Amino acid sequence: MSAVLAPKPAKAESKLVVCDGNEAAAWAVSLANVDMVAVYPITPQSSLVEYLAKFIADGRLGAEIVDVEGEHSVLSVLQGACLAGARTYTASCGPGLAFMFEPYLRTPGMRLPLVMTIVTRDTLTPQSVWGGHQDAMSVREVGWVQMYCESVQEVLDTTIMAYKIAEHHDVMLPVNICHDGNYLSFGAARCELPDQAEVNAFLGEKDVNWHVALDPQRPMAVDPLTGGAGGPGPSAFVRYRKGQCSGMQNSLKVITDMHEEWGRRFGRSHAPLIESYRMDGADYAIVTIGSMTGAAKDAVDAARARGEKVGLVKVKTYRPFPAEALASALAQVKAFGVVDRSVSFGWNCGPLFQDAITAMQCAPTRIPAMSFIGGLAGADLTVTHFERVIGRTKELARDGRPAATVWLNEKD
Amino acid sequence: MYEIRIHGRGGQGAVLAGGILATALVLEGKYVVAVPSFGFERRGAPVASFLRFDEREIRQMTNIYHPDCVLCIDPTVARAVNVFEGVKDGAVLVQTTAKTLGELQLPPQVATVGLCDAVSIALDIFKRSITNTIMLGAFARTTGLVSLESLQAAIQKSDFRDAGLTQNMAALARGYEATQVHRIERAQAA
Repeated sequence: MSAVLAPKPAKAESKLVVCDGNEAAAWAVSLANVDMVAVYPITPQSSLVEYLAKFIADGRLGAEIVDVEGEHSVLSVLQGACLAGARTYTASCGPGLAFMFEPYLRTPGMRLPLVMTIVTRDTLTPQSVWGGHQDAMSVREVGWVQMYCESVQEVLDTTIMAYKIAEHHDVMLPVNICHDGNYLSFGAARCELPDQAEVNAFLGEKDVNWHVALDPQRPMAVDPLTGGAGGPGPSAFVRYRKGQCSGMQNSLKVITDMHEEWGRRFGRSHAPLIESYRMDGADYAIVTIGSMTGAAKDAVDAARARGEKVGLVKVKTYRPFPAEALASALAQVKAFGVVDRSVSFGWNCGPLFQDAITAMQCAPTRIPAMSFIGGLAGADLTVTHFERVIGRTKELARDGRPAATVWLNEKD
Repeated sequence: MYEIRIHGRGGQGAVLAGGILATALVLEGKYVVAVPSFGFERRGAPVASFLRFDEREIRQMTNIYHPDCVLCIDPTVARAVNVFEGVKDGAVLVQTTAKTLGELQLPPQVATVGLCDAVSIALDIFKRSITNTIMLGAFARTTGLVSLESLQAAIQKSDFRDAGLTQNMAALARGYEATQVHRIERAQAA
């Protein structure tokens, strides 16, 4: 979608806009008063960083923007800026994220509260420039918090919240906000822009590098050599790792608190970890993630209208995984089906499915579950696809016999 | 919920037209979702964009397979793709063409047709065949689903400036005025 949908600066009092997910993310970054943006455009992320460049050129956002020579430099630049106390932002996807991987790995260990959007894209090969969660899912174990958005409005609101989550002293970890390439990146919808003063009040004072700083007045070693059986020894390394894991677990509460505060201040609520939709009295459930959820909810409504006892659970926060919340939401069903927009090569199923059945170890009894994979490489996931998922999961609730992974778009 | 599929060719602004129409509908208090179809954007290649609107919040972020209306902003794209695929009964067609109704081949589902020679108007105004804002005028005239005033306001909110803004405002008005609307009476099945 083009920049034409943005109101002119002179009309900034307009609170209601029509924008796509990429523009919504750029608005959020502007409202969060980010200091430093580093970019390397890549499809379907390009228009997001183009909006940012425009906002900075127009004087709407008073940030430094660095158009570097590749994604490895994007994150390296931002690490330095973050250590110097700057609030930072970038966005990437697919091959760009792959090229960024080395500094991407180091960011959580340095406890830098970077915020980065992954405009999700399927990974190569074969060639594809279209959406899918494979890029974001491929970096799910690296130590970044990951939240997946359902709507354009949720992209905007979550991107602002991400700063308060990342910079919280109990967390101090980088955050990825993931929005679906194509359907959310270029899908436009009516969207409310929060008031700048209210966003300022929500975010409070910037407190980015209280723990570690590039400061000539307070020289310190950052990222020291650790590990090995001799020499510096493993203790510092182990404590770093343990601290990272604690930060991740702490974020579950912080994410919940921030969403609660957001709802209170702005009158718009989003489920923080998982959302239970029509789960009251549900015999079976489908589990979704990302922008597919809208069509899935419409399919659940239609099935409920026919008297089917089906509900839906959407996973928003994927890392850390909300295991307890999911287990509790699914505790009473006879079966559930999980729809992934990516694959776990090692397990021949979707990664969300794999996490969901792991989480269900907490459940008192074993609940039959099946993996559905769809929406790869830009494929559409429509109400019709979810009718299939609901039908097959209903069968599973009846006979308790899960079948192999179902590939939804194989014949589309 | 009302669903519109916009057909055009790369470079004519089919996606932009969707954005302007979405803004106009939101100005009238509607909820809107506009999703472009995705490809390698090449000038001249067939493109489509999808728009649905409703009085209440829309959750589906998907393409449209059974449109209530086909808005075709290019005179020849129908040779390259089936613009009528999946149309609902009683559908509306808004078509750029210099032809008359009798010269068009229409499927039985189409009940209302708005015809506008947008290419001639575009060559007059822009000196190029950019038909998108002209055909938004044609859409408003044919369907009455959005007012000309809201479309004007949406164009003013857009990034068009100076001569471009003046030209597009004129294009919208010319498209609205020049559109011939036909209701097709079908023989009732026995």
